[in-house]
Amino acid sequence: MIDAAGLRRRTARLLAAHPPATTERLDFLKARFDAGLAWVHYPEGLGGLGAPRSLQAVVDAELEAAGAPDNDPRRIGIGLGMAAPTILQFGTEEQKQRFLRPLWVGEEVWCQLFSEPGAGSDLAALGTRAVREDGGPSRSSEAESGGSWVVNGQKVWTSSAHLARWAILIARTDPDVPKHRGITYFVCDMTDPGVEVRPLRQITGEAEFNEVFLTDVRIPDSRRLGDVGDGWRVAQTTLNNERVAIGGMRLPREGGMIGPVAATWRARPELRTHDLHQRLLTLWVEAEVARLTGERLRQQLVAGQPGPEGAGMKLAFARLNQEISGLEVELRGAEGLLYDDWTMRRPELVDFTGRDAGYRYLRSKGNSIEGGTSEVLLNIVAERVLGLPGEPRSDKDVAWKDLTR
Amino acid sequence: MTQPDLLYSEEEEALRAAVRDLLGDHCEPAGVIARTESDTPHDRETWKALTDGMGLAGLLVPEAHGGQGATHREVAVILEELGRSVAPVPYLTSAVVATEALLECGAGDLLAQLATGRTIAVLAVGLHLAPGASFPAVRRENGALHGEVTGIADAAVADVLLVPAEDGGLYAVGADAVTVTPQVPLDLTRPLATVTLDGADGRRVGDAEPAVRRALRAGAGLLASEQLGLAEWALTETVRYLKERRQFNRPVGGFQALKHRLARLWLEVVNLRAAARGAADALATGEDVDVAVAVAQAYAAPVAVRVAEEAVQLHGGIGMTWEHPVHLNLKRAKADSIAYGTAGAHRDAVAELVDLPAP
Repeated sequence: MIDAAGLRRRTARLLAAHPPATTERLDFLKARFDAGLAWVHYPEGLGGLGAPRSLQAVVDAELEAAGAPDNDPRRIGIGLGMAAPTILQFGTEEQKQRFLRPLWVGEEVWCQLFSEPGAGSDLAALGTRAVREDGGPSRSSEAESGGSWVVNGQKVWTSSAHLARWAILIARTDPDVPKHRGITYFVCDMTDPGVEVRPLRQITGEAEFNEVFLTDVRIPDSRRLGDVGDGWRVAQTTLNNERVAIGGMRLPREGGMIGPVAATWRARPELRTHDLHQRLLTLWVEAEVARLTGERLRQQLVAGQPGPEGAGMKLAFARLNQEISGLEVELRGAEGLLYDDWTMRRPELVDFTGRDAGYRYLRSKGNSIEGGTSEVLLNIVAERVLGLPGEPRSDKDVAWKDLTR
Repeated sequence: MTQPDLLYSEEEEALRAAVRDLLGDHCEPAGVIARTESDTPHDRETWKALTDGMGLAGLLVPEAHGGQGATHREVAVILEELGRSVAPVPYLTSAVVATEALLECGAGDLLAQLATGRTIAVLAVGLHLAPGASFPAVRRENGALHGEVTGIADAAVADVLLVPAEDGGLYAVGADAVTVTPQVPLDLTRPLATVTLDGADGRRVGDAEPAVRRALRAGAGLLASEQLGLAEWALTETVRYLKERRQFNRPVGGFQALKHRLARLWLEVVNLRAAARGAADALATGEDVDVAVAVAQAYAAPVAVRVAEEAVQLHGGIGMTWEHPVHLNLKRAKADSIAYGTAGAHRDAVAELVDLPAP
């Protein structure tokens, strides 16, 4: 297996053959992918070299030092963090070859069609229907690869839907079995005429997310990921990778939400009160400890000893972000009564620590809802980490169509 | 700034296993409870096994002075285990705090004695004092020491007391030259006493101020590991009990209100581990020590108390009995929240260190 020195040599060859200063950004990214230096833990031929994941940092450091362009990972986070690992694990060879390269270089943006108005924490109750279409003669090209599916339903909280070329989609293919068993996982073409994307305005005034209405959207069976009826298991891969991505952040001291409020405290002595001081110090300490916990988790992953601690990181950061930003609004006093701008906008990138304190306060309210509510995550910790009994369930053995809605 | 090493090494895990094994044999809860009301609240047998048997009293003492030349990281692991068992031994006071004071003074002869564990020393300042706090000093007249200091942890078993005097010196005083009067402590497993000096002879070992400051800083930083051990034991026992305990024809641990409380406590214990390891590693490397210690102690004290209080509540009636060991955990956790400075005192230190000044 290739080691750090080997990766450095390989990176040097890439840089020599495609000098960043004189190479188009996209051309460089494609060359990097083809050299196996995109994500070194992926297999050869798919942007990787089958190397340990921890060695990616070696490549990234070399490329950064050489001033090479990156693939703007924040813009394509859903593709990188959720779609790609799922395609890698469950996709056919054709799907991997078709999708992974344009995904990684950012030519094709991905979004995720999971949540529905009636299926939030209880995602497995989703009602978007996918019905297999008989492969008649008029559908010959798709019939060759197993016909196609017709999808109807509504999805919600979809970031990047208005920019996306593809979506990962879960839909109900069998309403006659219990809810977890009748779901299938697809890749949905967002340019299909049956896909309608509407911005979803949120409490901050802007619209990061969308509602997506699916009306007779046709998906060839060749764009199914995993077996029919196995979509819930496939989706677990997607969601587990989301949590890995969240746990992998590395911050310097005062690197998160505490940074702006600490800076305000230092710059504005006239705002200081004793009560705010005590609360600020308590939160500063908690933020620093949460940072250390994240650092410890990262060290565990690097050492190959992943622990259950990752389950708690999101919970901790959600609460801290909310309390810290709330304190900051209060600290600003008269200015805390103001808000920078309620204009409806569609930001491409979301920065939890960006804009003003009022925005941060309102946006952070979503941190305990998005990606698993804090209440559900506490259940997960209690049951999977502490081994406490599960919640009483009345929906496990009932056909989806017979559930009360 | 380099990141602290927050993991446990294989050697540290092996040390933990050995200490846990020993404490399992020597410090079972019923015995610890019975001892608290006996004439010998300190467990000398366990102390002998830890020190004579395993050589653990000398971890912070350089090999040149007969110690192990180990670091605060290993000491922290031992304190986690001692915290789990609420073991009534003078490890933190003698092998950490007094040892650090003597290291600052360069008192090689005393360090060599302490490293064996056959001599126990304690720093004669109140257990509640934070690093950097002003501390009482006794009078020195005609070469003899006069005065009284109170709230001195583990003084009853000390062979040597390290006493700050008004002339700025730190004096080593033999226990036979002073009067030690036990107090009635909240935490019976870390006995407190008043020490009266009435013309006691002492040997100056160094300057009191830097020695006391360094000793209390190490004590505060490593206390976080004891608090981690306390919290981990209380949470583990509570989860275990709530899986067994049935009411309303269900395990009590299946009620969501309790599951969420336990999950939150688990999060705090996870955080506490990172903070405690951060402080231990900082003390070992000498990097970023003041912030790491203040952060760890500001965080650890309320967490250890909260987990202990929740353990008592969630055990229901049995948790209120003298027979069940959870009260030992609560009393130690509460006493620890005052020992070497309260969380508030350490937050004040943070304010100073990271430039978040008071109004």
